[in-house]
Amino acid sequence: METRHSHGLEQFCSSLEERPGLSILDFAGASQQTISFLTNYGHRVYSDDFVHQLDQCFADGDFYQNQANPLMAGKFLEAALDFNEGIFDGALVWDSLQFLTPQLLQTVVHKLHRVLRSGACLLAFFHAEEKVDTIPTYSYRIHDPRTILLASRAKRKPAQFFNNRSLEKLFQDYASVKFFLTRDHLREVIVRR
Amino acid sequence: MWNRRKEEEHHTPKPASAPPTSSELAKEGIPMSTLPGRTVTEPHLDSHRGQAALGKSVIVKGQIFSREDLTIDGEVEGTVELQEHRLTVGPNGKVVASVKAREVVVLGTIHGNVETTDKLDIRKDAKLVGDVKTARIVIEDGAYFKGNIDIVRAEAPRQVPKLEPKPQVVVTNAPASNTPAMAAGVGDHKR
Repeated sequence: METRHSHGLEQFCSSLEERPGLSILDFAGASQQTISFLTNYGHRVYSDDFVHQLDQCFADGDFYQNQANPLMAGKFLEAALDFNEGIFDGALVWDSLQFLTPQLLQTVVHKLHRVLRSGACLLAFFHAEEKVDTIPTYSYRIHDPRTILLASRAKRKPAQFFNNRSLEKLFQDYASVKFFLTRDHLREVIVRR
Repeated sequence: MWNRRKEEEHHTPKPASAPPTSSELAKEGIPMSTLPGRTVTEPHLDSHRGQAALGKSVIVKGQIFSREDLTIDGEVEGTVELQEHRLTVGPNGKVVASVKAREVVVLGTIHGNVETTDKLDIRKDAKLVGDVKTARIVIEDGAYFKGNIDIVRAEAPRQVPKLEPKPQVVVTNAPASNTPAMAAGVGDHKR
């Protein structure tokens, strides 16, 4: 497992502001490291493997074409994002948004906006290198407030590539968007609801 | 009375009926710990000697209360309560129920909320879908979990350490270059 320093994670953790009892949404799938890190500070964690949910719903056939099917998309949203409004104080979305077609992505970002409380932060990663067919994917785990552990997963074809402008447009309903570009072609994005 | 005495003298004890199997007990809703001298007859339960067990072929729909450790290798739908004991869901076990126990070890599947006073242990290849409330949780790599985790501890939680602010370099919309920038604050856009 690799480790990597993350400015985005650093910003996300500082947004927790020494307040215990927050609710954090984690899309990386449950891992001992992340759960221990967040719960040791008194926070609650809702864990789900978002990319695994995508595969469960859309992998039978063409992964991206299936996302255009309203029935399948509806089932996916029910399985992955069925939460009450304003219940999360933070969301660790990691790299999962890269594998949503534009329409479904808009819906997911809008839903995340609804389930996050005002002032909550969302951390997302987007691969910045555009001239590639597939991108590496990882299972992300928190080691400490500045360090991420990465467990390699299979390479995947992203739905689209993003630049700063397209990300600003994507998160236009949010209060602020901050970018960090890393050496390994990753754009870390901290978004404040 | 004479007749009665005669009957008693001539009374031959009936052969002891075979002890009820765990499936019969479960269907009747009888807590297994209340039966004295119960012997385990199913050979595959030998490994669970000393604790209650529901075998692979057992299906229970209803409420289970136990005052001893319990292993479930079959299917259970309903509720499972073992206040001061350990529940083990074996690799073939499928539990669709809310669970309360001192400790829960999952090697199979649980769909339902889980509440433990001590520890929840989700092993590799196990699956737990539901909200959990526990003092400690262990999740092995390869386990699947979906739901909320609420750790209930006696001691106060640690404070999140305040991170010292670092000076940030703000670059305003520089044209893209071949070499990626060092990790720094780039394009802080506020609305």
